[in-house]
Amino acid sequence: MGDTIQSVERAAGILRLLASGPRELGVAELARAMELPKGTLHGILRTLVHVGFVEQDATTGRYRLGGTLLHLGSSYLDVNELRTRSLNWADALAGRSRESVWIGTLHEGGVLVVHHVFRPDDSMQVLQVGTLLPAHATALGKVLLAYDPYGESAGEPLTAHTPATLVTADALAKELELVRGRGWAADLEELVEGEVSIAAPIRDRRAVTVGAIGVRGAVERLAEDGEPRRDLVSYVRDAARAITRDLSR
Amino acid sequence: MEYVAAIDQGTTSSRCMVFDEGGRIVSVAQREHRQIFPRPGWVEHDAAEIWEAVQGVVADAVTGSGIDPGSLVALGITNQRETTILWDRRTGEPVANAIVWQDTRTDALVTALAPHEQLFRERAGLPLATYFAGPKIRWLLDETPGLRERAERGDVLFGTVDSWLVWKLTGRHVTDVTNASRTMLMNLRTLAWDPELLDALGVPAAMLPEIRPSAEVYGHTGDGVPVAAALGDQQAALFGQTCFSPGETKSTYGSGSFLLMNTGAEPVTSKHGLLTTVGYQIGDAPATYALEGSIAVTGSLVQWLRDNLGLISSAAEIETLARTVDDNGGCYFVPAFSGLFAPHWRADARGIIAGLTGFVTKGHIARAVLEATAWQTREVVDAMNADAGLALTALRADGGMTANNLLMQILADVLGVPVVRPMVAETTCLGAAYAAGLATGYWPGTDALRANWHKAAEWRPEIDPDVRDAEHRNWRKAIERSLDWSTT
Repeated sequence: MGDTIQSVERAAGILRLLASGPRELGVAELARAMELPKGTLHGILRTLVHVGFVEQDATTGRYRLGGTLLHLGSSYLDVNELRTRSLNWADALAGRSRESVWIGTLHEGGVLVVHHVFRPDDSMQVLQVGTLLPAHATALGKVLLAYDPYGESAGEPLTAHTPATLVTADALAKELELVRGRGWAADLEELVEGEVSIAAPIRDRRAVTVGAIGVRGAVERLAEDGEPRRDLVSYVRDAARAITRDLSR
Repeated sequence: MEYVAAIDQGTTSSRCMVFDEGGRIVSVAQREHRQIFPRPGWVEHDAAEIWEAVQGVVADAVTGSGIDPGSLVALGITNQRETTILWDRRTGEPVANAIVWQDTRTDALVTALAPHEQLFRERAGLPLATYFAGPKIRWLLDETPGLRERAERGDVLFGTVDSWLVWKLTGRHVTDVTNASRTMLMNLRTLAWDPELLDALGVPAAMLPEIRPSAEVYGHTGDGVPVAAALGDQQAALFGQTCFSPGETKSTYGSGSFLLMNTGAEPVTSKHGLLTTVGYQIGDAPATYALEGSIAVTGSLVQWLRDNLGLISSAAEIETLARTVDDNGGCYFVPAFSGLFAPHWRADARGIIAGLTGFVTKGHIARAVLEATAWQTREVVDAMNADAGLALTALRADGGMTANNLLMQILADVLGVPVVRPMVAETTCLGAAYAAGLATGYWPGTDALRANWHKAAEWRPEIDPDVRDAEHRNWRKAIERSLDWSTT
């Protein structure tokens, strides 16, 4: 390789980081990920903001990709785009599992519900899109934390929603290790007593996890002998893989 | 296990889907076909190419699903409506390219029919427009030397796409009541070809197919599968959404939008700019009628924002952009790009963005774009309620735009009734499969189909009724300002 300009390489690195998730990043997170002093980073960010490639949120002070760059063909995945691309697969999962289907992304340390399909039994159900769920107590959240490109941690302290909620950092770290090992996550009555959820990661063409899809329902239907039902786990993983395939087209 | 398949022969592609008894999709296959544009305003398809594509997708769907071909117990057809095919009875080959519903070459012919306008309204339930099949047949007979004589002898046959496919699959020359109701040649009450309408259009009876119910066994394929249903695409969606009771209404959101309301066993003549059509007819049962309202520009306005203004990079991002603001900021968008369709029917209208101030941002415009789809739906629903003497209690929405949660919420707010999305978004194919399965006894009756219909999501009105009324007044002002613009 011939001569390269270090600051251009660093700028490209920052853009890549901002493009790899749906969330805004602060200077501290960027500095850690880039292994650069904050001062150096500030200079590059100022330049990127000036040319419109990066925008700074007026209230939080965090950074995101700028509109100019989006038009250059970035692969940043809009959550509404994620819902649109997942629609048919989520319906099919609800049809096969006979349970409600949920798709979430990480947002401010929690799980933002971006899509919700009712359990197909025509009971009274309310659309939960826009709800924020605790990451450490849901299968969706565990998947998203386990595969987060920045190694983001769940909001401290870990609130106990039921006696089964994982409330220590150690227990959660061990659980995330397990999730990474088997490629899916479960919550066994950890958010609501009597409810179980199962989830698997949705990835984009660069294999970055951009969301999680899963089912949630009564423990009697979703679990057997204290373990999530194997057939439901494979339905969830099939749906996640189908959306992942669709996103890489 | 036994399965039912449906062919959806659409404007740009042909699809085949295989369904199980629960109405769940087992497999899908799709092939596109050429759009032929010989002159401005002309749109043609090659009917032979469509037949090839249909054979291909049926084979692909069966092999793709891994099911035993012998387990296919019925085949249904749904199709792009009004597209007109003429073929030679002996060779089975098309005598010309198919004239597609969008084609406007019959403009002058249709204008010349003005003295018969009332006759067509009363007998066929249709306004004079270039879409319908009758004038397209007339054009082909007028412009192709020798064709009229061959048609009068019954050597050249007419069919809409359903008719063409049933002919190719079974050798019978039939059409279903819903497709026949789009020709301007069928009497809506008798469900038979009307001699006066044929006379007014100059179409010989010898070339017309036999009109049959939407669901009955028309014949069998070479493999012995019963061909057991045909429905126009919008009617199939009505059926797939299980809108079996009077007042039940579906709205399909694509580039444009089509609303159909079941009005029961009597055709309702519209006084508010809608058209009257046959919804479906199952076997020997009386036909069920529908009121239909079409909106020219809904989803295509979002595409326009993406392609012509570059405000968004994908259609789904309209929701992200619209959510950057809490309301429309006083801005209203009337997308009358080629005039206004139902219920206004004003060819002189053109698109406007009204209420602009220095405060308005692209977020407000995105919101106005979504609201335009909702208000246009409201206008058609109001016309339907007035014509049918019924009050809509819920809207069943399908089509790609139902992924847009903000649009669905705005729609519920504007209509003042819940908006529901069904579990299977592919209602068109599902409707054809349902009709075919009913005809062959795969499903025992419409109750079994209703039991298969499940709500995937529901949006309830949340808006303050005073705010809704004020917004409605503003929308009507915007509509008024879009009128009387074009003089061509």
